[in-house]
Parts: sequence; C-alpha cells; structure tokens
Amino acid sequence: MHATWIIAKKELQSYFDSLIAYILLVLFLGFSGFFTWLFGSDIFMVGQASLQSFFGIAYWTLFFFTPALTMRLLAEEKKSGTIEMLLTKAVTDRQVVVGKFLAALLLVMVALVFTFPYVITLSVIGDIDAGEILCGYAGLTLMSAAYISIGLYASSLTNNQIVAFLLALSIGLFFHIIFEVLASNFTGITAQVLSTLSLSNHFESISRGVVDTRDVIYFGSIIFVGLFLSEMSLTKRNLN
Amino acid sequence: MEIHIENLSKNYGSQKAVDGITFDVRPGEVLGFLGPNGAGKSTTMKMITGYLSIGEGDVSVGGKSVREYGDELKRHIGYLPENNPLYLDMPVIDYLEFCGALQGMSPGSVQQRLKEMIRVCGLNAEKHKKIGELSKGFRQRVGLAQAMIHDPEILVLDEPTTGLDPNQIVEIRNLIRELGKEKTVVLSTHILPEVEATCDRILIINKGKIVANGTADTLRKQATGQEVIRLKIEDARVEEVIEALRKMPTVDTIEVIDKERNRLEVQSRTGLSSTREIFHLCVQKGWILSELTPLETRLEDIFRNLTTN
Repeated sequence: MHATWIIAKKELQSYFDSLIAYILLVLFLGFSGFFTWLFGSDIFMVGQASLQSFFGIAYWTLFFFTPALTMRLLAEEKKSGTIEMLLTKAVTDRQVVVGKFLAALLLVMVALVFTFPYVITLSVIGDIDAGEILCGYAGLTLMSAAYISIGLYASSLTNNQIVAFLLALSIGLFFHIIFEVLASNFTGITAQVLSTLSLSNHFESISRGVVDTRDVIYFGSIIFVGLFLSEMSLTKRNLN
Repeated sequence: MEIHIENLSKNYGSQKAVDGITFDVRPGEVLGFLGPNGAGKSTTMKMITGYLSIGEGDVSVGGKSVREYGDELKRHIGYLPENNPLYLDMPVIDYLEFCGALQGMSPGSVQQRLKEMIRVCGLNAEKHKKIGELSKGFRQRVGLAQAMIHDPEILVLDEPTTGLDPNQIVEIRNLIRELGKEKTVVLSTHILPEVEATCDRILIINKGKIVANGTADTLRKQATGQEVIRLKIEDARVEEVIEALRKMPTVDTIEVIDKERNRLEVQSRTGLSSTREIFHLCVQKGWILSELTPLETRLEDIFRNLTTN
C-alpha cells in the first residue's frame, strides 16, 4: 500500500509539473461553467435548484478528458524504458497500476472539488436536494474511475500515447453511447444485455439520486477488469 | 549476499536468448559480463533483477530463489538498466527521493543517503535541475545514484560508463572498485580495458552460453599457449636476421613489422621460449639488440577468438 501511494503521489506531481493538470482544470471548469450557467439549457433556463445540467455536461467533458489523462501513464514509461527501472524497485506490477490509477482519479476529484462553488451558489438561490447532488458527484467519480481504468489498460497495450488516447476513447465510446444505441435497435435478451452494459443508464440512475447496488457493482466491475487487464498486460513482458 | 545462477535459460519466441548458464558471484567481488551485442547479457541481468521472469533454471540471491522471493529481494538489489532510463521531467533530488522511498526507506534515511549519493556521484551543482537538462554524463551519474540510494548489497550495472568522458570513467571505475570491496557487483560492458581495470573476474558469454570464466590472467593463460616477442635488432640486414631466427628450434613464425628499422615479431612454439636464444644469437653475431618486448595477448584477441566462429 505504501509503494502504491508513493507512485500515486509522484504521478500526481508530474501532472502538475507538466501543465496537464492546469490545462485540464481550466478546460473542465470553463466548459462546465459556461454550459451550466451561461448557455443552452443552463440552470436559469431549467428554473430548478438542481445541478442536473452540470452533471450532464460533466458526463461528456470527463469522457473526453480521462483518456488524455491516462494515455501517458504506462505508454510513456514503456517508450522511454523507465518501466524497467520502476518495476525493478521494490514494487509489484499491481502497485504500479493501482498507483497510477489513483493519481488520475485524484486529479479528476480535484477538478470536481473546484465545482463545489456551484453547489454553494445554488443553495443560495434555492432549496437544493443534498442527496441528489452528492449522488451526482459520486456518479461522476465512478464514471471517471471506470474510464481511467479503461484508459490505463489502453495505455498498457502500446508505447504510443496517441494510440493509447484513441484506443481508450473508442473503447469508452461503446460504454458511453454505442451500447445504448444498439440496445434500442434490438429486442429481448440482446437488448437487455446491451442496455445493462451501457454506462449512461447506470450513470443516470445514480445522478438522479438513486443508489442501486447494481450500478455500484457495474462501475466496480469495469474498474476491476480494467485494472486487472492492465496488470496482466504489464506482466505479459515475461511471455514473449 | 551472493548470487547463484544455475542452468538459467530464457527464450524469446523460438530464439534462445540465454542458454543454460551457471555461475556464482560472491560478496566483495566485481564480475565483468562481456559479450557481443545480443549475447544475452542484458537478459540475464533482467532476470537477476526480477524485471523478466526466469525461463528455466534458477537465480538465487542470498540463498533465496528469485522465483519465490522476487519482490522481497528487489530491496537488496540496485540496478542500472541499459540506456539508463530516467524521468526527464523530474528534478534530480525529487527523483532520487522517489527511488529511495520506493525501496522502502524512511524519509529520514532517504535524506541522509541522498546527501551522500549527491556527494559521491558529484551531482551537487546539478541537484536542483531537471534530469532532462543534464548532459549524458550527469544523467549516467543520476542513474548510478538511483541504483545505490538504498545501499543495496547487490549492484547490477548494465554498461555503467557509456557516455562518460575519460575523467568521469576513471572516477566511476574507482567508485565501482570501492563498492566492490564489500558488495556483490555484476557489470556488463563493451569496453574491454574497463573489465581489466574494474573487475576481479570476467565472464564472456556468446549466443546465450558461457564461453570463458576466470580472471583476466587465467583467461590469458588459457588463450595463449605461445609466447610472442617484439624485437629490434640493429647493425644487421633483415634478411640475415630472419634467416638466423628461422634456424632456431624454438621459433615458430616470424613477422616483419618495420623493414627499415629491423623490427620483427617472433612467435615461439607452444610451451617454449626463444628469448635467451635470441640474446645469444645477437651476442654471437655482434648485432645490437635494442628492443625485446614480450607481448601479452590482448583481451580483445581473446574476446574475438571466443565470440566469432
């Protein structure tokens, strides 16, 4: 656990050193702020003391930002060879994978924390449903965690960051929208399976304030499978 | 802690990178690992350090098998990988702290060792710079510092002096020699004089197999059955000298190096020496013997003999 945390801290530090963190924060807050408060179906248009419009925007912005965060995590280490230096320290493959996962997740959580003023502003304007907002944030965190673990796996497969980014985005796209679109074109068991796989269904139910164990299990299993496959893919260096 | 390697093999697909090698390295010994490119040096080192899993056979460090105790043993090994990969966007100090912490050192001991490493590796002026801003030689020192930060009992260095200038090479060699007095050191290199300068024992490997194992002197003895001497004889014609030498029972071959100055290289028959006979010959004929140098077989020649065929 100790080594995991050291790796997470170092990765988080390098996000801030390399400006990625600042660019992400500015873009994320800019986009979500603009669409939540100023443009389109913003809060004033909806006329309710609800952050649903923010959660809707963040659902998309985080989808695009997470692959940008994860693409370098393992691909860069593999390209520069530092992975060899790292894995011959007293750490296991798993600690490396989990540490890097935590770093990206923490950065997303920092971005989300910066949107807490929205909640404060809203609570001044009207009565807010604290449970719903808490669930919305939990949903965004779980969704990001799922995409980070997918992105980490994509990053473990290649040593080219662009490939890792595109791969993560295309895998993510299936969960984000394609499964749902497909589900509406099928009937019976196929539709049910596809609809269960669709991340948007699970996200919507959580962000509406309904915490269902099925949703938590869904996100948990994506995270687990992504991390597990990343670890396998690191260990695979032994097989070729 | 000693390293014991037994019957170690590793395949990459159908290609055998390492093919049943067996050797030991004891504490207080610097082992030089020699071999042409692709001979299996790095692969062996990667298996010792636990980066690659062991194909067949076993590596044991301090009596414990790397197969079973790999993660625990990493703490006792310092490794400088080939090409010295580093995080270029990290400052030197942060990087070394990170490496120390990963090896399970407490923050206090990291700080103490950090100071020592910066002093030993001569990094004081560069310690706040990002590694990417450093020249190759300084990066190499950072690589060595990260390998030694946790004071490991075993050091595995894959080409530790590449990219260093001659002064730095001497410093690093001295450092390795110094470390080798108490620690177990395995280093690989292409630079043959380096092996002689730093290593107690030499291991030459070719196509995954050990082809020679011993000190520089024993390797020389094995390789040279024949004595070679360089001669310069004045006040005589070359043809005359060659003819006289040919008649000697101990002389095998004669090679003219410089006809103008009467310089020759004479190889004696296996197990025999011609030095005394040559001296007597010169005395008898009234020639002036102004040079008589026994030539040692160079390590380069031994290396070439063993690794090309």
